[in-house]
Amino acid sequence: MSQQAHADPLASSGRPASRPESRGRAVRALLVGVALLYVLVLIVAPLAGIMYYGLRNGLGAITDTFSQPDVTHAFYLTFVIMLITVVVTTVLGLVVAFVLARDRFPGKSLLSAFVNLPLAVSPVVVGLMAILLFGRGGWFEPFFSAQGIQIMFAIPSMVIVTIFISIPFVIREVVPLLEELGMEEEQAAWTLGASRLQTFFRITLPNIRWGLFYGMALSAARAIGEVGAVLVVSGQVQGRTETATLYILRAFDQYQPERGYVVALTLAAFSIVLLIGIEAFKRRSLKRAGQE
Amino acid sequence: MAIGVHNVTKRFGDFVALNDVSLAIPTGSLTVLLGPSGSGKSTLLRVIAGLEQPDSGEVAIFGLDSTALPPQKRGVGFVFQHYASFKRMTVRDNVAFGMKIQKRPKQEIRARVDELLELVQLQGLAGRYPSQLSGGQRQRMALARALAVEPKVLLLDEPFGALDARVRKELRAWLRRLHDEVHVTTVLVTHDQEEAMEVADRIAVVNHGRIEQYGKPRDLYEHPATEFVMTFVGPVTRFGEAYIRPHDLEVELEPNARYEEATVEKVVHLGFEVRVELALAEGEHLEAQLTKREAERLELLEGQRVFVRPSRLTEVEEDAPGARVAS
Repeated sequence: MSQQAHADPLASSGRPASRPESRGRAVRALLVGVALLYVLVLIVAPLAGIMYYGLRNGLGAITDTFSQPDVTHAFYLTFVIMLITVVVTTVLGLVVAFVLARDRFPGKSLLSAFVNLPLAVSPVVVGLMAILLFGRGGWFEPFFSAQGIQIMFAIPSMVIVTIFISIPFVIREVVPLLEELGMEEEQAAWTLGASRLQTFFRITLPNIRWGLFYGMALSAARAIGEVGAVLVVSGQVQGRTETATLYILRAFDQYQPERGYVVALTLAAFSIVLLIGIEAFKRRSLKRAGQE
Repeated sequence: MAIGVHNVTKRFGDFVALNDVSLAIPTGSLTVLLGPSGSGKSTLLRVIAGLEQPDSGEVAIFGLDSTALPPQKRGVGFVFQHYASFKRMTVRDNVAFGMKIQKRPKQEIRARVDELLELVQLQGLAGRYPSQLSGGQRQRMALARALAVEPKVLLLDEPFGALDARVRKELRAWLRRLHDEVHVTTVLVTHDQEEAMEVADRIAVVNHGRIEQYGKPRDLYEHPATEFVMTFVGPVTRFGEAYIRPHDLEVELEPNARYEEATVEKVVHLGFEVRVELALAEGEHLEAQLTKREAERLELLEGQRVFVRPSRLTEVEEDAPGARVAS
């Protein structure tokens, strides 16, 4: 308090018009500096580290890593899980988004809150929940055992937990778009004879396209990067239930960090490509929205 | 009869939007549903289109019970207040949309779109996107789009409501001419009584989910069936116990036994019309509408003493032509 009382007369006796402005500029410069430093230390530095360690041993290390059947299988598995996850979360995400944006029913706000639950729950807990449902003595275990389908410690459980974790992305991107669009364009299409399916593909989908792609890209990125939940349910069987991220963990455990670096670098590169795609989608989505 | 609405009731939760409404709309007419916001007029239009399902009652279009038909199968063209343009499509693709759904041959679509764009005076703008059009142009595009599928009835929901006053006036005169040319049975919803009077063959006045009166514009004006119609259709001013039209108030400078004394409070010159605000001796306020010529003859000044009397009382007639739910 007393310091301020001293400072104020000083401020007003100087150059009263320019003082607040230059102070504002200084604050802004400080904030920009903090933001840059934050990103540099926490994102660019680790990325540079991975690049350095991944490329340190030259092409030889890279070809050595990719000649390992475990490595190629791990990438294959990651890719398959990502593909199934994106397809499922897109189709079901669209259904849920339409229900949330268009229908009114009791319990809607509860559903809306539940959709975001996977973002808040630790992936390890998600894995645990899967064990409780599908593991020995779990609710659904007798049914699948009777059919001779192995869920736990096999690919199905890995797909299930990854889907669970990736549910929110498409929904969160599409719901606000649908709400903003309203129904008039669709209703106009109906009165012109278009069926609901024709209306969806010709009118609604083009309108939400970029937001949907954005959500799908986020979903894919999440699926590729997932470790915790998959770690719990996979059983980590080398060459069978080991994804790329799990391979990295094992490489370090078994003192083969060089291969771990190469796999990590590959995943990072893929994520960066995806990220560029995401940004492009987002920009187009925003630009289109701004046009109206 | 093009459209028959029979005992339609529609509720939204506790709110009764339509309360046992019946209405018969003759073929080839331009009928206006007129009412204040929340009166149920738009809901009635949307029930006719199949965009809302009534809780009870029936809708028939050209004798065919359409209550259970989806909007795709009713043969209605619908024009929305906020245009509902297909944003990602050019003007040409917007207008062609319905015909493409019907899988008509390409040359036919092209020719018909050109014809319609000329009809709505948008030739030359076929390659534009809706965002590059003005509001009035968008609405004309929406009209062409609706007409393209040759609807049996054309439904317009506050079509000029989002436009500025000048464009609105132009467009409604144009719509009236268009209707005289195209002759498709048209129902237009508006809250603007001047718009209704100008374009309508028949007006249905809607209030609180009911039709107060249904008839020719002039009948509504001269023989209102309810006090609501009297006050909603055309200007009114209160003279003692009665409502009168402000142009039915005679203003004189000389005292006369049958006239009442009043003071001029304000004179507003609106061009041909001059509006005079008056206060009676008892302090009651009323309004007179004079022609420019009359006003010039009287040379009214604010604060001046004048003598007034209604030349004609417009009475609410429960048995007026088309009173209540007529068909």
